[in-house]
Amino acid sequence: MKTARWLSLWAYLLIAATGCQTLGAVSKEMTDYAVSQGAITQEQAQSINRAATATGKAFEQITPEQEYYIGRAVAATILAQYKPYVNEKANRYLNVLGQTLAAASDKPETFAGYHFLILDTEEINAFAAPGGFILVSRGLLRCCKNEDAVAAVLAHEIGHVQHGHGVQAIKKSRLTAALTILAAEGARNLGSRELAELTDNFEGAVSDVTATIVNAGYSRKSESEADAAAVRILSRVGYDPAGLKEMLQEMDKRMQPGGPGFARTHPDPKDRIADIEPLLAGASAPTPQPAARLSRFRASLEGV
Amino acid sequence: MTRKTLLPVLLWLCGLAALAAWAMAAGEKLMSVQVRQGELRAGPSFLAAVVRTVAYGDRLAVLEEQGPWARVSTQDRSAAGWIHTSALTRKRVVLQAGQKDADLAATSDEIALAGKGFNSDVEAEFKARNRSIDFTWVDRMEKMTVSPAEMQTFLAQGGIKPGKGGTP
Repeated sequence: MKTARWLSLWAYLLIAATGCQTLGAVSKEMTDYAVSQGAITQEQAQSINRAATATGKAFEQITPEQEYYIGRAVAATILAQYKPYVNEKANRYLNVLGQTLAAASDKPETFAGYHFLILDTEEINAFAAPGGFILVSRGLLRCCKNEDAVAAVLAHEIGHVQHGHGVQAIKKSRLTAALTILAAEGARNLGSRELAELTDNFEGAVSDVTATIVNAGYSRKSESEADAAAVRILSRVGYDPAGLKEMLQEMDKRMQPGGPGFARTHPDPKDRIADIEPLLAGASAPTPQPAARLSRFRASLEGV
Repeated sequence: MTRKTLLPVLLWLCGLAALAAWAMAAGEKLMSVQVRQGELRAGPSFLAAVVRTVAYGDRLAVLEEQGPWARVSTQDRSAAGWIHTSALTRKRVVLQAGQKDADLAATSDEIALAGKGFNSDVEAEFKARNRSIDFTWVDRMEKMTVSPAEMQTFLAQGGIKPGKGGTP
């Protein structure tokens, strides 16, 4: 009875202190006192402290390995909705270009690297799943008149991965629950009940990310961050960062208001242009596309 | 110099050497590989050739740092090379966690448990529950990799010259 009272008091404080980084420390003081009063055993105290610290830690970043598994499932979920565009040459081109850009980002290393795939849809759309699985629609590639514009599209998506926008869309309660299961389970292999609970949270996390990138879209602030990252990446590699502006102008012409894809999930292209304008101010005048660059762009994406 | 004065000087020198060795050992910054496969390169660039691959969880000693790049050596000192620090973590990555590791992981920021949490078992369970979700193309995506030589050729053929902030 005494134990139950202590546990409920602890639970109350846990709720009150949610989000507080010192949760573990608070719990430790309380359980020490509880043990000294004989209210709970040392073992119970340890178990409580472990769970409390794990809860406090949920607010930190998850490991790249776990981000990778979430990203795989998000990409697979989107690929159940959109067919891949089966064109070896075009997808190869996108990967050589995309991986070269990703190498110049602030987060070039993810658990299993950046990978790119074209989606067979007219919709103007693109998705960056956590860990670096990037999907781009044929409709969006058609907004690109040259390689610098394609580079701008890919660099924007890399920007979302770099900033961890996908993972940030996951409800904190899911990560807290997952960490608590692990803390309680320790080093043993998960039993079928724990695996089922962990998978519940995994499904929830995957659906949080998917719903955000497919339906709701990120905040204008996140989009602006991704555009700023894109400008930096393009400049570093040696592409014309104004390629992003050109691409947005073309997108503005082609996009149907109220249509699917970027029309619903992204800020108006005009607003995005206004946001990046100050970043382009220092850039040198647009350089003409070298003939070799333009011809490989056309040869690789012809028919897209 | 007499024998009487030589001895304290020698002792002092020995002490100094020991102190230096101790300081080096203590000051050595160790980091762990937090990606599936890390690459040690000939220079601080993704365009530089790969001289050695390192595995998830491997501990590396940092020899010098240059921007986001670190020159590191493997713990057995058999190889050294450059790696981007986004592939590394200060935490110790434990591959086969024992109970002590699990307790430490839950109560401190010192270690991370590899293969725990959202892992391949969870993915298998997810697949079993969601039969309509097919991972075939995700697996194919992962096989699309690009070598430093291919990147170099791509940049050169496209007439792309590195701008502010240098090469990839």
